[in-house]
Amino acid sequence: MTPQLLEHFTATSCIGTGNAAMLASLMQQRSGLKHCAFETVTINTHIGEVPGVDEQSLPQEFRTFDCRNNRLAELALQQDGFLEAVQTAAARCGPRRVGVFVGTSTAGVMQTELAYRDRDPVSGALPASFEYATTHNSFSVADYVRQRCGLQGPAVALSSACASSAKAFGSARRMLEAGLIDVAVVGGTDSLCLTTLYGFHSLQLTSAAPCRPFDIARDGISIAEAAAFVLLRRAPDNLDRDAVLLLGVGESSDAFHMSSPHPEGLGARRAMQSALAAAALDPADIDYINLHGTGTPSNDRSESQAVTSVFGATTPCSSTKGATGHTLGAAGALEAVISSLSIRNGLMPGGMHTNRIDPTLTAHYIRENKRAPVTRVLSNSFGFGGTNCSLIFGSAG
Amino acid sequence: MSLTAYVNGIGVLGPGLNGWPEAAAVLCGRRTYTSAPTVLPSPTMLPAAERRRTGRVVKVALGVALEATAAAAVDATQLPSVFSSSGSDGHICHEICQALAHPGREVSPTRFSNSVHNAPAGYWGIATGAMTEANVLCAFDASFAAGLLDAMTQVTVDRRAIMLVAYDTEYPPPLHAKRPIPDAFGIALVLSPELAPQSLARLEVALTDEPFDTMTEPQLEALRASIPAARGLPLLEVLAHQEPGRTIIEYLDITRAAVRVEPCR
Repeated sequence: MTPQLLEHFTATSCIGTGNAAMLASLMQQRSGLKHCAFETVTINTHIGEVPGVDEQSLPQEFRTFDCRNNRLAELALQQDGFLEAVQTAAARCGPRRVGVFVGTSTAGVMQTELAYRDRDPVSGALPASFEYATTHNSFSVADYVRQRCGLQGPAVALSSACASSAKAFGSARRMLEAGLIDVAVVGGTDSLCLTTLYGFHSLQLTSAAPCRPFDIARDGISIAEAAAFVLLRRAPDNLDRDAVLLLGVGESSDAFHMSSPHPEGLGARRAMQSALAAAALDPADIDYINLHGTGTPSNDRSESQAVTSVFGATTPCSSTKGATGHTLGAAGALEAVISSLSIRNGLMPGGMHTNRIDPTLTAHYIRENKRAPVTRVLSNSFGFGGTNCSLIFGSAG
Repeated sequence: MSLTAYVNGIGVLGPGLNGWPEAAAVLCGRRTYTSAPTVLPSPTMLPAAERRRTGRVVKVALGVALEATAAAAVDATQLPSVFSSSGSDGHICHEICQALAHPGREVSPTRFSNSVHNAPAGYWGIATGAMTEANVLCAFDASFAAGLLDAMTQVTVDRRAIMLVAYDTEYPPPLHAKRPIPDAFGIALVLSPELAPQSLARLEVALTDEPFDTMTEPQLEALRASIPAARGLPLLEVLAHQEPGRTIIEYLDITRAAVRVEPCR
C-alpha cells in the first residue's frame, strides 16, 4: 500500500486527556484503572473511566446527539487542536474531500439502556425524549464527528467489535488511495455502558483486579473507554523527520468461533503477515509490538503464539491495556496514537500490573519502559466474531 | 481513479422478493410485485450448535451471501467481504436492554456474543472457513451506499474480487416505534476487477449531488424508503433490465452515489 501521513493525532483515555497527559502517564507507568463505581453497576471489577465525560457538553445545535459516547468524542476532539486541524484541512481541500471513518462497538447504546428503565407502565413505550439515530445507532459517532467538523465527504462507522477502529484505517487508506477524498478523519470512540460491563461479566471475561496481560495469573479484562482521532492523508514527498506514517494494514478472520480466538492464533498470524506484506517489510524491521494483550488466558496465549510464529521471541512487545484498560472498539485508534507517541518519543511502554510473566508465553514481553529509537511499530487489534487487524506505523526519518 | 467492477453474482431476499431470479422478474416488469413477509432460509451451512444461536440478521446476511457466491461460481474461502447494515440484531438488543432494566441484570453470554455488529460476518467465516478479511460497516440510512463505496474501493485499489452484503432486520417493540424497519432485507453482490464468464454487468461508481432515484412501483418504493439495505433497489432495477443505464443511489444528505451500468451479455 501507499504510505499515509498521520498529519495530526490525539487520544483521550483514563490515563490522560490529550497526548501530553497520555505520554506522561506512559512515561511514569501510571495506570488509570480503578475499582468499578460506574452508574449503578454492581460488578466487582476494575474499569478505566475518563474523568470529565459527564460534565462535557455538546454545542447547542447538537443536543439530539447528547450521550456519553458523543460527549467523550467531543472531549477528545477538543484536545491537541484536533478540531481546528480538521477544519483547516477542510478549508484547504474542501469539506467534500474529507472522509470520516470512526470505529465503535456500542456507540451510545447506554441511552437505550436508560430508556428501558423508563418505559411507559401501560404501553411499554420508550420515553419521547429518547433519540435512537443520533445516540444508539453505531453511525451516530461518525455522524457527530462529520457534522461537528463541518464535513461533507463520505462517512462511515466501522463496527467489528474490538478491532473496529483499527479497521477504520483500512477503509480510510483505500478511499485515500482511490482518490475519492484528500484527507480522512480516522478514529475510534467507545464509552462505558452496562451492555459491555454485564455482557463480558456474563462470559466470565472480566477480572476483579486490574487486568494483568501476559501474567501467569491473568484472569480477564478491565473494561475501559477512550476516544482517539487521526488526520490521515497521502504522504507528500517532503516529510519532516518526526513525521509518522501508516505503512501497512493487515486484516483477517479466524473462521473459528464467535467469542474465542483461534487456539494457535492462525487468524492473528495472518493479519500480522498481511500487514508486513502491505508495508513491504520483514519481521526484523519492527522495533516494538503493541499487543492486543487483553489479559484473558486464551487471548494472550493465542496472540503470543501468533507473534512468536511471525517474529520469533526477541522483538519487544507489551500490552498497554494494563494502563488504559480495554477500550473495546476504540482500542485500535487509541493504540495507533500510543504507537505514534512511542515512535516520536523513543519509548517502548512496559506492560503494567504484570508481576510474573507466564513462562509458556514465548513472545518477548517487556514490563519496564524501554527508551530506545523506535522506527516501526506493529499494533494488533482482535475482536469477537474472529476479526483481526494489524497496523504498522513508522517514522519518516 | 474511477471505481469500476464487474458484478459476477447477485443475492436478494426481502418482502415478496425471494432470490435474484424472482426479484429480477419483478424489477424488469415481467412479473407483478406481491408483498409478503420475508422468507429467511435456515443457515444449513453452519454446524448445528451454531445454527441454533443465529437470529434473523445472520439468516438474511448468510442467505443472500450464499446465493451471490453460488451464482458467481466463486471460492467463498478466498473472497474478502464487506458487510454493511444499519443496525445489529434488534431482537438481541431488546433482550439485553430488558435484562439490564431488571434488578438481576442477567445478560445471556451467548446473546452478548451475538450482539456485536459483526456477528453475521463472524458466522459467514465459521460457515465457509474463509479466513479472508471482513469489513463491517454502519452508516444508518446510508449503509447501502457506504458498503458499495467501500467494496468498490477494495476492487479498484487492491485489484481483487470482493463480496458486498447489505442487510437489515427489524427491531421488536418498543424500539420498533423509534426505528420502524418493517422486515428483513438483504442484497449481496460479488464484485470483481476482471470480466468473467458469469459477469452480468460492469459498474462504475462516483459521488454526485444529483437527486437520487426512487422506485416507480409504490410498494417497492415503500421498501426502498423504509429499509436501508433496500436503498440499493434502484441499482438492482437497472441490473434486471440488462440494458445500459445509470442510477443515483441515496447516500448522505447532499452526497449521493452515481452508478453507471453496462451489461456484459
